[in-house]
This record gives sequence, structure tokens and C-alpha cells, in this order.
Amino acid sequence: MPSQEHSRPQRRDDTPDEAPEPDAATAEATARKDALDDDIDSVLDEIDGVLEANAEEFVRGFVQKGGQ
Amino acid sequence: MTVRRVMGIETEYGISVPGDPGANPMLLSGYVVNAYAGLRGSRAGRASWDYEDEMPLRDARGFEVARQLADASQLTDEEDPTLANVVLTNGARLYVDHAHPEYSSPEVTSPRAALRWDRAGEQIMLESVRRLSVVPGTSGVNLYKNNTDGKGASYGTHENYLMSRETPFLEITRHLIPFFVARQVMCGAGRVGIGQDSTHSGFQIAQRSDFFEVEVGLETTLKRPIINTRDEPHAVAALYRRLHVIIGDANQCDVAGLLKMGTTSLVLAMIEDGALDVDLSVRKPVATLHEVSHDPGLRTLIELRDGRTMTAVQLLWIYYEQADRYLQVRSPGGIDDDTAEVMSRWSSVLTKLERDPMECAREIDWVAKLELLQGYRDRDGLEWSDHRLRAIDIQWSDVRPEKGLFHRVAQRGRIESLIEGAAVRAAMTNPPEDTRAYFRGRCLEKYSAEIAAASWDSVIFDVPGHAALQRVPMLEPLRGTREGVGALIDRSPDASTLLLELAAANG
Repeated sequence: MPSQEHSRPQRRDDTPDEAPEPDAATAEATARKDALDDDIDSVLDEIDGVLEANAEEFVRGFVQKGGQ
Repeated sequence: MTVRRVMGIETEYGISVPGDPGANPMLLSGYVVNAYAGLRGSRAGRASWDYEDEMPLRDARGFEVARQLADASQLTDEEDPTLANVVLTNGARLYVDHAHPEYSSPEVTSPRAALRWDRAGEQIMLESVRRLSVVPGTSGVNLYKNNTDGKGASYGTHENYLMSRETPFLEITRHLIPFFVARQVMCGAGRVGIGQDSTHSGFQIAQRSDFFEVEVGLETTLKRPIINTRDEPHAVAALYRRLHVIIGDANQCDVAGLLKMGTTSLVLAMIEDGALDVDLSVRKPVATLHEVSHDPGLRTLIELRDGRTMTAVQLLWIYYEQADRYLQVRSPGGIDDDTAEVMSRWSSVLTKLERDPMECAREIDWVAKLELLQGYRDRDGLEWSDHRLRAIDIQWSDVRPEKGLFHRVAQRGRIESLIEGAAVRAAMTNPPEDTRAYFRGRCLEKYSAEIAAASWDSVIFDVPGHAALQRVPMLEPLRGTREGVGALIDRSPDASTLLLELAAANG
């Protein structure tokens, strides 16, 4: 096997409702998410500037014929 | 066992003219193809298509649909002079499929290469858009790498995988249907609207899922089947099958695209080897496919025929574990880099999806799109029925980097990229070097004036001094590589010499 991470994270055979254990990765993800939350506002501001001005007309005008 | 095999991606693009929803899409698609073919100059971009080996009505189950019974839209092998259709020097086919411009990538041998040459197709479409935008007196044409208009129409992104002919088709359907029901959570492109024509408001995981109505079948444009049985190998039919997968979405996220091609190839390898020792047959595959797509929370339980229930992620873990175990048994000395990358990404993405799907916003299209949509909902208090959210869904896939919302998000460093821009640009004109696409592409680049037509499995030369056209068959996808014919092409100044050398080499 290659040195690359190939070991499987522990699999849970339990019900999907069980909450996962908080761990370092989760904490890290939470920290990253907080940073992104600040950033998402500036993303939205940028997207505001490029979004089609008349959304309703743009959506109505996007009519395709079926393909494969 | 490996993710490596001959594969490719076909992508149909959505097409529209700003302010003119009634514009003729067949004609527009022709403009798109011709704009690029013209841009490439000479006949290099213009060799026409050779239809001799096209068999769109051949069914993998062993029969052929009577031509008069086929829906007109299934007849893809009859040349219509008004429809543009060219072969490019990178080995790809660029043409009009029904009412959409389509780019069919050249044959490649790895998921990464499949992504690279599919990305090249995006850039080719972008070049056409740029060229058409400066035609005086027109409003230009916009192209979208998506799969539905949200109003009842869908168009495809198809994957092709070369398989052994010996594998029983029933084994393929038995193991692939459950995989495809679940696979969308790793590689769906996300969609605003539930139901083929968005009857209900909401967000779902995949663009295409609601358009699938049966488990197995030959059609691609109506009553779409989870497993498509088109049996058109474009290769030695006694040895190979080309599995034509029509259920996927067009991906813009590299990681999702890599997983789509890579995990499917691994599952196929296990099927070919008879190595899957589980039966995950789903009780109601079509209905379940829709339910899974409609639940971005990933809690939907899939009910198996044997009574077990599990989420899509849990089902995918079983395929992962089968592959992991199989690799350890069959490749004790180690696995190739492509396979290692896919396995590592596969476990990482499943782990995140299981913990919190939103952790995959850098890797999976539907999550990235949902994050943006949810940002708008939170900031502006929008309902899912709001036109702005539907507009974002469509504009997400605009191929222009300044207008396409995916591209805007990616430019901010919020999407993980696996393929360098320089590699994509090179792939617009250069063919892959390890399949017959190399021969096709190099011939078009070097002898375009002497090529009458080309297809996946042939190049037809029209050489001065010969009354008849000369057809070079290429029924072995792994012959015609750089290693095999590169030097020969390099030293042949014209097609006559090339053909003489080929005859001598084969003689």
C-alpha cells in the first residue's frame, strides 16, 4: 500500500441519527466555518454585482429543448 | 485493480440568447460549433464525422430496435448537413446533439485526464461564446454547463467506460443500480426546484435525478433509465463493451468529478472481476433515487431488497470497503497514484458528508452551490421559490469566468482545484498520448487537408493519386498511442507517406 492515507476512518454501523463524537477535525472545521461566515458576506456582495438584474425575466427566458 | 481504464466524458451545454428565448437552439448550436471550428482555421477543425460504425439502436441485452419504432431523437447516425460536426486536433468531437452543442472528450485512461480534457471542452465553448459575442448585430450566445432548465427539459453529461465484453450485463446492472442511487451525494451538481418541471420549490442534490424513470433501458431522451443499454462499443465488439452512463450531472468541482469517474471505474473493476460479495439491490431504485436527491441533509434511508436500510453515505461506505479490501488483496505491492488519490478522496469526502455535508463546500458542486444559495436565504430571507435563487442556480453554470457564479466563487479560492490552467489550455489542442486519440488528433493537426472524415474508430484519408478514400480503422482504443505511432507521424511529411509506413508496419 502507498504511504498515502488509505486507512479507513472508523465506520459507524449505527443509526444515522447518532451524533458524531466531537474531535479535533470537527473543531478545526468549526473554526474554518466561522472564518467563512465572515467571508460569505463579501462573496454575496460580489455576486450581487454580477447577478442578472431581472432575475424573473432571466429565469423565464432560460428555456431549453430536451437532449440526451 | 486500478481506477485506470479507457474512459471519456460527453457534455451537452445549455444554450440561450439573452432576451430571445425563442431563438432556434439547433441553429445556435451550429453557430457555436462553427465559430470554434472556424477559429481553428483550415480543415484542422473541420474533418467531418464518419458514421459507419455508429449503432445507436444496438442494445446490450442482445437485440436491435426496429428503426421505424425508434423515436426520431434516437436516430443520431444520419448526417444532416445543417448540423455542424467536427473532430478537433485534441481528439475530441464537437457537434450539435439535438438542440445543444456537445463536446465529447477524447479517450483517456485516468479520471484526472478525463477531467482535464473535459475542462478543455469548457474552454472551447468559452472561445465560441467570445467569438459570437463580437458578431455585429447579434446579442451573442450564452452557454451553461448544467443539465436542466428547471422547466421540464434535461440534457446530458455522459460518462463512457471501456469494459470487458465477457462481463455479464446482468451483473453490471445488479451492482451499479444501488451505486448510482447513492453516488449523487458525492457528485450531484445541485438544483433549485423539485420535480422535472420544478412543480415544488426546494433544493435538491442532483440536476438529473428527477428525469430518471426506469431502471434499465435503451433510451436517453425519454423514459431515461438508470442503466443505459446502448451497445455501441466503437471498438472490437467481441472484446469490449462501452458502458454508457447517462445518470451523472455536469461537474465543475474537480474533486466531485474525480470521484464520479474514479469510484465508478473501481466499482466496474470489481464487477468485472466478480469481486463484489455483497448484494445491495434497492427495493425501489427509481423512487429512492429521487428521494435521495431531494434530501440535502442526507438522512434518507435506502431500503434494500433484503430488508436492510441505510443512508446513501452508508451504502457508499460498503462499496468503499469492498474496494479497499480488494485492493489490499489484489495489489499487495501497492497501488498506482491515480487509484491512491481516488481512494483517499473517497474516504475523506464520505467522512465529511457523514459528519456535516456543508464541510464539502470546497469539493462537491451541490454543497458549494447550496452554501451560496443559503447565504442569500439567510441574508435576504428568501423562500426557495424566489426567482433570485432560481437565477443563481442557472447562472452558476455560465461558462464565462466573469458571469458564471461557480467561477466567481472559485476565483475567491473557495473551491479546491486539481487541474492546472496551463494543462487545460494545452489539452484544447493536444490529444492524450496514451490512447488512439493521439493518432486521430495528430493526423488532424498534421494532415488535415488530406483527411475526409474521422470518427472514434477510424480516420479516412483522401490522398492525391488515389481514386478511393483510404480508411484506417482504429478498433483497438489503446493502439495509435504516442509510443506506437509518434515517431512514424513525426517523420511522415504527408498522408501518403504515413499510409505507406503504416502498411509496411502492419505488413
